[in-house]
Amino acid sequence: MSASGTDDGFVVFDKVQKSYDGETLVVKDLNLSVGKGEFLTMLGPSGSGKTTCLMMLAGFETATNGEILLDGKPINSVPPHKRGIGMVFQNYALFPHMTVGENLGFPLEVRGMGKSDRETKIKRALDMVQMGDFINRRPAQLSGGQQQRIALARALVFEPELVLMDEPLGALDKQLREHMQFEITRLAHDLGITTVYVTHDQTEALTMSDNVAVFDDGRIQQLDPPDVLYEAPKNSFVAQFIGENNTLDGVVKEIKGEHCVVQLDGGELIDAKPVNVSNVGERTRVSIRPERVEANKSRLAEDAHTIKAKVLEFIYMGDVFRTRLKVAGNENFIMKTRNAPDQVRHKPGDMIEIGWMPTDCRALDFG
Amino acid sequence: MAMSDDAGDDVAIGNETDSKGRLLTSDGRPLRAALERANRRRKLTAFGLVTPLLAFIVIFFAYPIVQMMWRSVDNPAVIEALPRTLDALQDWDGEELPSEDVYRALYEDMMADEELPRIEQKIGPLAVRLNYEVSAARGAISRTSRNVDEFEPPYKEAFMDAHRLWNDTEIWRIIEREGRPLTASYYVAAVDAEYNADNEIVRADENRRIYVSLFGRTFAMSIVITFMTFALGFPIAYYLSSLPMSKANLLMIAVLLPFWTSLLVRTSAWIVLLQGQGVINDSLVGLGLIGDDDRLSMIYNQTGTIIAMTHILLPFMVLPLYSVMKTIPPSYARAARSLGATPFTAFRRVYFPQTLPGIAAGGVLVFIISIGYYITPALVGGQDGRMISNEIARHIQSSLNWGLAAALGTMLLVSVLILYWLFNKLVGTDSLKFG
Repeated sequence: MSASGTDDGFVVFDKVQKSYDGETLVVKDLNLSVGKGEFLTMLGPSGSGKTTCLMMLAGFETATNGEILLDGKPINSVPPHKRGIGMVFQNYALFPHMTVGENLGFPLEVRGMGKSDRETKIKRALDMVQMGDFINRRPAQLSGGQQQRIALARALVFEPELVLMDEPLGALDKQLREHMQFEITRLAHDLGITTVYVTHDQTEALTMSDNVAVFDDGRIQQLDPPDVLYEAPKNSFVAQFIGENNTLDGVVKEIKGEHCVVQLDGGELIDAKPVNVSNVGERTRVSIRPERVEANKSRLAEDAHTIKAKVLEFIYMGDVFRTRLKVAGNENFIMKTRNAPDQVRHKPGDMIEIGWMPTDCRALDFG
Repeated sequence: MAMSDDAGDDVAIGNETDSKGRLLTSDGRPLRAALERANRRRKLTAFGLVTPLLAFIVIFFAYPIVQMMWRSVDNPAVIEALPRTLDALQDWDGEELPSEDVYRALYEDMMADEELPRIEQKIGPLAVRLNYEVSAARGAISRTSRNVDEFEPPYKEAFMDAHRLWNDTEIWRIIEREGRPLTASYYVAAVDAEYNADNEIVRADENRRIYVSLFGRTFAMSIVITFMTFALGFPIAYYLSSLPMSKANLLMIAVLLPFWTSLLVRTSAWIVLLQGQGVINDSLVGLGLIGDDDRLSMIYNQTGTIIAMTHILLPFMVLPLYSVMKTIPPSYARAARSLGATPFTAFRRVYFPQTLPGIAAGGVLVFIISIGYYITPALVGGQDGRMISNEIARHIQSSLNWGLAAALGTMLLVSVLILYWLFNKLVGTDSLKFG
């Protein structure tokens, strides 16, 4: 986040609302600030309002209410072509009737730049994405990954301070996607551009971003750096949406500062960290990451609560073991253990006892 | 399968000696033959599917066209009717009237024709044929042939008494010129030219030139109609392509309506709207925009033809345009605008060029259809709104000069093919998108 506070961010959404039909809000009271040079990802399921936000920022949709500021100036009434924002589209939107060079020259040409200046800039932008040899090709002659690079180069060639990307890697295969993730982040940081990136892929969001805004139901559910988001989700939605997650339902029995005891619906007692609960007797849904579940009692605190679990399935995945357990009636409770020499390989039908550090088990809102 | 056995041997040797040799299947047959056998069934199926339509096209389309083109040069009438005369004419110098020998040969030809059963007589078709070249020929020949059995030698005087045409070197020049199996005279007539006394092709008198200017007018009107359908069709196609499917289909019905309306109803509607006392003129007079005395004449002339044909041919422009525009995602225009282009520049530089295949397809369709259009110009064209096809129809139906009709038709066909070839050179037909 911008060091100088919300109101001084490079891109600011101030109480923005958006409705298409006048009856339902697609974006509800959005407040967001993106600092200069920051890589912010808007992450969320489809229909959560993240793409609408991006389109409002680009100028293709108008905010129904509220103000969007770019570098301190309100841009609600500025048409898209005067905003000077680079944009990479989901299907790349490379102009099929122009060569790669003409595609890159287009933004420079409409800005009235001379031919020699254009050529220098086109060449530099193509070199930047290692596509210098492709200047005379047509988009149809390029592979998906190459088109992706050209789209990126075209969005950067006129040196915008802000670049928007709308699920740019969605059409690529896994390996290429991972490679491009790395390349986009490298470019964004090298050039010091502010980037707003939209995706529904959480891995992408976690690996690329400085900050991730998790969208759901037209609101930002949580805005934090990736590690905070993963390790300390603020509510059940974020916990479920980011990474793999085990949930157990119960009632808060006792709260003592940063520690609470939850009685599950089956009667078992477990330790947890109160996050979204404040009163004893409240319904809660606790969330534990699979890799924080511990079956080895010696690694747990002495007074820690443990819980009985029945092994249903053991999956060998190479670097990790994935054990599916039945815990307190939940048959999809996953435990992930590292493949180490002393690691127990459980067999289906085994009865084991599991526990966890209280700080790893977060008592959140009930759904 | 001797051939494949041979090939098999070749391959076996080639495989051992040459790494580039043809391959064998696992059981030792040549791979190429095996592939051919596997594909034969597929080929037969394809052939079976195509054959009915192919036969239909050959019988009812290709064959008549070839027939028509043949008819434009076919010239049997003189040879069949006057074999002796033509023989005798070989020694003629072409300057003065032919000698008595020629007239006697003509007498013999005519007498021989009288002997034939009526259905095989050739003098009648000869009269019609020669009448295309000189307008008195039909009368001269039929009158002469009625009286020819009473002719006494010298035949030269007898013929010259029978009709003054036999006293003119022109008829003999024509008989000599057309006494060949193929003729160019229909094409000469079709380009407004004629033969002079020295058998040279010269331009016809100014008041007898019809076809060249009619071709010109047909082309000009087709270009105007093509442009009109484009000017009216482009915006509507653009709007349709931006609508959701259900609404677009509803509006498409409005566009397709001219297809589904009976020609009679449409024509009546145009008359009601466009005539001197019609709706449009009455409204304009009523509004005081034009005086009662200078009502616009919008039907039974070129304007009428253009309005009516634009209406009819609009779908041929809108449909290819729509189908092309439908495939252009809105993200292109958005990308252009995000890159700094004004809405107009985005349209001109990014959207419009992508619609060119549709414009080309629609333009070619409308132009080629309108160049050969017959019915509408015939109904609302009046005198100056007629097109070349109306003239062709006239020669087939009323003047019965099928040779000239065939020559005009062939010229129309060839000019369309040339245009298509030119278009292919300039734009490339593979970029066409008809739907």
